[in-house]
Amino acid sequence: MKNVKIAVKNLNFFYGKHQALFDNNLTIESNKITAVIGPSGCGKSTHLRIYNRIFELYPEQRAEGEVLLDGRNILAKDMELLELRRQVGMIFQKPTPFPMSVFDNVAYPLKLHYKVSKKETENLVEEALRGASLWDEVKDKLKSSGLALSGGQQQRLCIARAIAARPEVLLMDEPTSAIDPVATLKIEELLLELKHRFTIVIVTHNMQQAARISDNTCFFYQGRIVEVDETKKIFTNPSNPKTEEYITGRFG
Amino acid sequence: MTSCNFPKRGLKMRKAVEYSVQIFSYFALTAAIGGMLWILYTVVMHGMSVLNWEFLTNPSKPYGVPDGGIANALLGTVYITFGAVVIALPPALAGGIYLAEYGRQNRGANIIRFTANVIMGIPSVLVGLFVYAVMVVPSGSFSGLAGSVALAIIMLPVILRTTEDMMRMVPDALRESALALGMSRMRSTLRIVCRSARSGLLTGILLAIARVSGETAPLLFTAMWSDSWPKQYFTNPTANMPVLITEYATNSPFEEMHAAGWGAALIITLLVLCLNLTTRILFKEKKH
Repeated sequence: MKNVKIAVKNLNFFYGKHQALFDNNLTIESNKITAVIGPSGCGKSTHLRIYNRIFELYPEQRAEGEVLLDGRNILAKDMELLELRRQVGMIFQKPTPFPMSVFDNVAYPLKLHYKVSKKETENLVEEALRGASLWDEVKDKLKSSGLALSGGQQQRLCIARAIAARPEVLLMDEPTSAIDPVATLKIEELLLELKHRFTIVIVTHNMQQAARISDNTCFFYQGRIVEVDETKKIFTNPSNPKTEEYITGRFG
Repeated sequence: MTSCNFPKRGLKMRKAVEYSVQIFSYFALTAAIGGMLWILYTVVMHGMSVLNWEFLTNPSKPYGVPDGGIANALLGTVYITFGAVVIALPPALAGGIYLAEYGRQNRGANIIRFTANVIMGIPSVLVGLFVYAVMVVPSGSFSGLAGSVALAIIMLPVILRTTEDMMRMVPDALRESALALGMSRMRSTLRIVCRSARSGLLTGILLAIARVSGETAPLLFTAMWSDSWPKQYFTNPTANMPVLITEYATNSPFEEMHAAGWGAALIITLLVLCLNLTTRILFKEKKH
């Protein structure tokens, strides 16, 4: 029996009049890594950006259908947006540390959502930085600017910041595409740890990455979900010929 | 090998064009910098001789009375400029933030943007006349405050537009990551985006101050001139540097007043230079 965290039902998405997603249906399992793959412009990021309604920053963008988080439709009008975003954290393609110290970057979401004392904040910041495998590298420079870290460290800082808000789901939009291979490996190892605590959905261009770390894989093509299955199955014996063509590199 | 049969363009001609464009650029650069240095040189040569402690600390004296200084005008300019900043800053910053964050495409925002551009293009003498008509005439008196209002009108669109530009330079990814953590739109704008753009915002403000600190025409109609200390900024004519320079240089028969005018010109040039250098340094700091 699958443990469903997110269920997507008949999801359509529009950029103004242009429809970008068509009847997406999908379930995301709890405490698993779900990879979303597909060629550029196929709608993977668009799809991911619906889960925390971040697309609403742009007034011309619109989603129709249902995204059920623990059975509750997050697209419903009465959904508390700020609480939804605490529950569903997001990591972006380029690291986006805030223009403040390493410590303050991680403390910000803590203080935003919880009433915590100074002492507790210090402990929780350390916990989040440890959770993002960054503590040992930054423990002596907590006061220096988050922007002074290397690219890979910045991305892990963003992960620490995201998990500091104690979310249930982590959305990752090509989190390693702007980062060197060694740092990428570190982040992949980190994700394998984090999946015990969070449900992770990761959009990636890198099929080896999807094969290495994900439990389930979802293949997008031209705004439609072509195939969703266990990663092993998708990469060894896909049911749809289109999926096979893509993962064997014949297009994309 | 058929494609190689086309006649070749001469390399000499291409090099000559390249070379002459380079020469022309150097020439243009020399002319621009030379002109600037010439102005600076003239101001320094004429102004240096009168500069001393008394000149900087004594108030001005009526025409023909010796040993006048410029301290009252210096202080008056500080008052008037500061007043202008106080008046212009809140609406300019708020407006710029609105344009960048909430009004990227809507009609109202486009109207504000257009209006700001138009106001920036209005000759400053007209702004002075306008304030003269709506403030000085009804109240029956020139005042430092009227001068501040005139300068504020000139500053407002400048700060508004630079604020918008600087806020827009902040990548959307930063806004998105602030919102994705559960921040409200307002908090993300004020705490994260403004913070990220702060040196740019400060630069815009300082440049606007530099821009108005030499404005003369609007002050002639509003703050006018006075030989006393600027104690009655709100109700009476108030001394200021640009009008002092104009008066001393053009309206006085006395040689020493001409010299004092040059000295005042030198001081205000140095002040504006400092302001510009400060902004340069601030802006550099951002790129680490």
